Amino acid sequence: MTDFSTLSLADAAAGLKKKDFTATELAEFTVREAEAAQGALNCFTLIDGERAMRMARASDERLSSGNGRALEGVPIAMKDLFAVEGVEMTASSNILKGFTPTYESTVSQNLWDAGAVFFAKTSMDEFAMGSSNETAASGAVVNPWRAKGSDERLVPGGSSGGSASALAAGISYGATGTDTGGSIRQPAAFTGLVGAKPTYGRCSRWGVVAFASSLDHPGPLTRTVRDNAILMQHMASPDPKDSTSYTGEVPDFAAAVGKSVKGLKIGIPSEYRVEGMPGEIETLWSQGREWLEAAGCEIVDISLPMTKYALPAYYIIAPAEASSNLARYDGMRYGQRVEGEDLIDTYEKSRAAGFGKEVQRRIMIGTYVLSAGYYDAYYLKALKVRRRILEDFNAAFEKVDAILTPTTPSAAFGIGSKAKASPIEMYLNDIFTVTANIAGIPAMSVPAGLDKSGLPLGLQVITRALDEETMFSVGAALEDSAGFSARPEKWWA
Amino acid sequence: MPLDTADYTYRIPGQTGDWEIVVGLEVHAQVRSKSKLFSGASTEFGAAPNSHVSLVDAAMPGMLPVINEECVAQAVRTGLGLNAKINRFSRFDRKNYFYPDLPQGYQISQFEFPIVGEGEIECERDDGSRFTVGIERLHLEQDAGKSIHDLDPNATYVDLNRSGVALMEIVSRPHLRSPGDAAAYVRTLRTIVRYLDTCGGDMEKGQMRADVNVSVCKPGAYEKFRESGDFSHLGTRCEIKNVNSLRFIQQAIEYEAQRQIDLLEDGGKVIQQTRLFDANTGVTRAMRSKEEAHDYRYFPDPDLLPLKLEEAFIETLKAGLPELPAEKRERFVSRLGLSEYDASVLAADKDRADYFEKVIEGRDAKLAANWVNNELFGRLNKEGLSITESPVGPQQLGKLVKLIEEDVISGKIAKEVFEILWDEGGDPEAIVEKKGLKQITDTGAIEKVVDDLIAQNPEQAAQVRDKPKAMGWFVGQVMKATGGKANPQAVNEILQKKLLG
Repeated sequence: MTDFSTLSLADAAAGLKKKDFTATELAEFTVREAEAAQGALNCFTLIDGERAMRMARASDERLSSGNGRALEGVPIAMKDLFAVEGVEMTASSNILKGFTPTYESTVSQNLWDAGAVFFAKTSMDEFAMGSSNETAASGAVVNPWRAKGSDERLVPGGSSGGSASALAAGISYGATGTDTGGSIRQPAAFTGLVGAKPTYGRCSRWGVVAFASSLDHPGPLTRTVRDNAILMQHMASPDPKDSTSYTGEVPDFAAAVGKSVKGLKIGIPSEYRVEGMPGEIETLWSQGREWLEAAGCEIVDISLPMTKYALPAYYIIAPAEASSNLARYDGMRYGQRVEGEDLIDTYEKSRAAGFGKEVQRRIMIGTYVLSAGYYDAYYLKALKVRRRILEDFNAAFEKVDAILTPTTPSAAFGIGSKAKASPIEMYLNDIFTVTANIAGIPAMSVPAGLDKSGLPLGLQVITRALDEETMFSVGAALEDSAGFSARPEKWWA
Repeated sequence: MPLDTADYTYRIPGQTGDWEIVVGLEVHAQVRSKSKLFSGASTEFGAAPNSHVSLVDAAMPGMLPVINEECVAQAVRTGLGLNAKINRFSRFDRKNYFYPDLPQGYQISQFEFPIVGEGEIECERDDGSRFTVGIERLHLEQDAGKSIHDLDPNATYVDLNRSGVALMEIVSRPHLRSPGDAAAYVRTLRTIVRYLDTCGGDMEKGQMRADVNVSVCKPGAYEKFRESGDFSHLGTRCEIKNVNSLRFIQQAIEYEAQRQIDLLEDGGKVIQQTRLFDANTGVTRAMRSKEEAHDYRYFPDPDLLPLKLEEAFIETLKAGLPELPAEKRERFVSRLGLSEYDASVLAADKDRADYFEKVIEGRDAKLAANWVNNELFGRLNKEGLSITESPVGPQQLGKLVKLIEEDVISGKIAKEVFEILWDEGGDPEAIVEKKGLKQITDTGAIEKVVDDLIAQNPEQAAQVRDKPKAMGWFVGQVMKATGGKANPQAVNEILQKKLLG
């Protein structure tokens, strides 16, 4: 019998079509594994076995009549900020507790239209604000990976930590995430997965709880690069309901996987060599460079001079937008309300009770940088930096086809290990990933090796706007060379 | 703009001499459109509470605004009607503040880059004199919902039907110098948007509301401001929010100006603040001062792309614009030969102008204008009816005018017919026919009456030969004998011939 826990999405879809197994069997397995793992990993905000079985049976009917669609019968986990009609959506926040949308996000609708099966909502940092998934209202999510000889519980990264944790534990065949500053790529790197965000606007934001509108990118987490291309293909679409959606057609991403990278120019940006970066990361990066060279790529040293301003600019723009985006959670129409003495008191009590510390911190930062007298010094300046970063990338892409960097400055760290540190230390996790959000260009993390304690590390590929295909080709080349096949030892169930 | 077109005579006497006032207005005009500015929900007025609310209007998580092209077109049309610059590039910003009738926690508005820039309109006072007012800008924004405080002593209810309806905020320059001119300006704006059909203009339904900025200064200061553009020549202003009738606008300005003058003459200072006008007491009171003012934290809405208009889009809208009041008035004068006064009265209101243009189809315009302006409007005013409620329709009045024009009936008889039309309705021709009101133009018949009269009254006839003015007696007698139906002109001619020979 097939081991359902090691199947790739492509294999699962193919196996279903060949009738090696049924969608119902796959859904039963997935739900069972999810329920078994939840206690130890805490990666789901909700598991809906009933809906999964209903959708799986419908898929089986289609499959048996030969009408299976691309993802027919394949279980996909949904990060808890994609609205799924009739399923509670909290964005891992107390303020949305009990909120059930009457609408379906465009991305999830696209997946169901391709035949995918819903079975669970995955935990996340509250409102996608965080890099460790420790800020979720339902508590920290645990990484299935542990350091050699240690039982310390590690973070899966964030904010799409629930999706990463579940998938790394062999549950589900793909998961949706959103990436505002690295929230797909960083958890993917921490859990040995492939995580990508497409060009801004490829995946609609309609029905997705907003963190920072101009930086939010829905995207897929998967076990392989091919899976990633397939899943992204079925998440993306032009969407008239999202004014910032890209209106052009979605190319065949999977066709780019396995395409020769010979002759491609790969840029190595000197600015990504940051102080205090562990030697292992440096080594992995050099390794990646050699792999691509061996595959026929030409390596080019490049400069992205504005890189050092990216993180500060990001931590102005994102909180600014968030402070406004989260104003709607006021306890008036839906979600949690704590009655106060008057209107202002009710607002204050509701939002104090509903939002966690990190969310409150970012709302305050955002409110501050937009306020009269500070706008020019902070927000406007950050927008100027944003433009300069984009110009940096445009100049680089005159010379190269893709850029190779590490995904994160470290491997997964212990839960609570940064509790006493300044928030800045947590923010530094995004140092290599935020630039692609600021520029709105495609970027992916590919698992490339293990550090000395046996924890996964990722390499990042960044390409031109709308050139996801090159990203998938280069990502696949790295995946081939790395031959990453490590799995966490199953301790959680 | 020549300064002498403003109302200069408005002065408020004080202990320290005369004061002048300076007024600028921000008029919020609800855009006439089927659906809201950023959602597909209906804009229909008077529906059950919260029945026209989309997911976007209720600010559900993950909902996104999508611009309604018709609202953009309406704003451009209005901008063209204000003779204003249409900005090819404009942008939506978020104005952040918390209130239960503002579900998003921000209003989507245009702060830095409005869709319409500077313009100018010519306004008309009641006496027909005119003055121009500069328009600073027009921008699009969302309306808020409605908080209802009086349903329950312990709760406030919120109706989101209005939430997200498109508004045009039309900002004037501080070019208004009297309460009457401020009202005349708003009335002119209302006429223009009604002509354009871009806003209903009904202030009672809240389709138009004004924020009124008032300051006072000593004579001479305003001219210095106009020459230099330096606001420091003017007094500190107060903004009176949400005034919803022309009368209230005037009352609010009068009260506020006096309040400021009293304050200044007592040695006090005017504090820049937002005030509310209480229509029951006629008083304005402080809402919040500049220090307490909201910090709206405007920033570009990241959910929307900047609005870029194609020249062709603007040109198409321009080509489709209806004739505006000023153009219509000019045409009435130059092409129809109406007096300035008649033309102004008719063009000042779209419904009236439309009525009039139906009356004159194929008729003499001057005569028709006379009838519409005097007989019809006089009667409507007396009865307190609007033109759309007139019991006499334009086709009926048109036929009546034609009967006069073709000498079928005299003006005097026409008034009788008008009364019948007003009270009973019917077709003017049929009424004239049925009641035998046709004018006698048969000179033979009139001659016979005249001959008989002369024969019966030789003394009077002899008198006329000495004193031609005495002929009036004969005219009266002929009319009496013919039941008023004899053509007056024919009667005169025949009498002249027979009596004066």
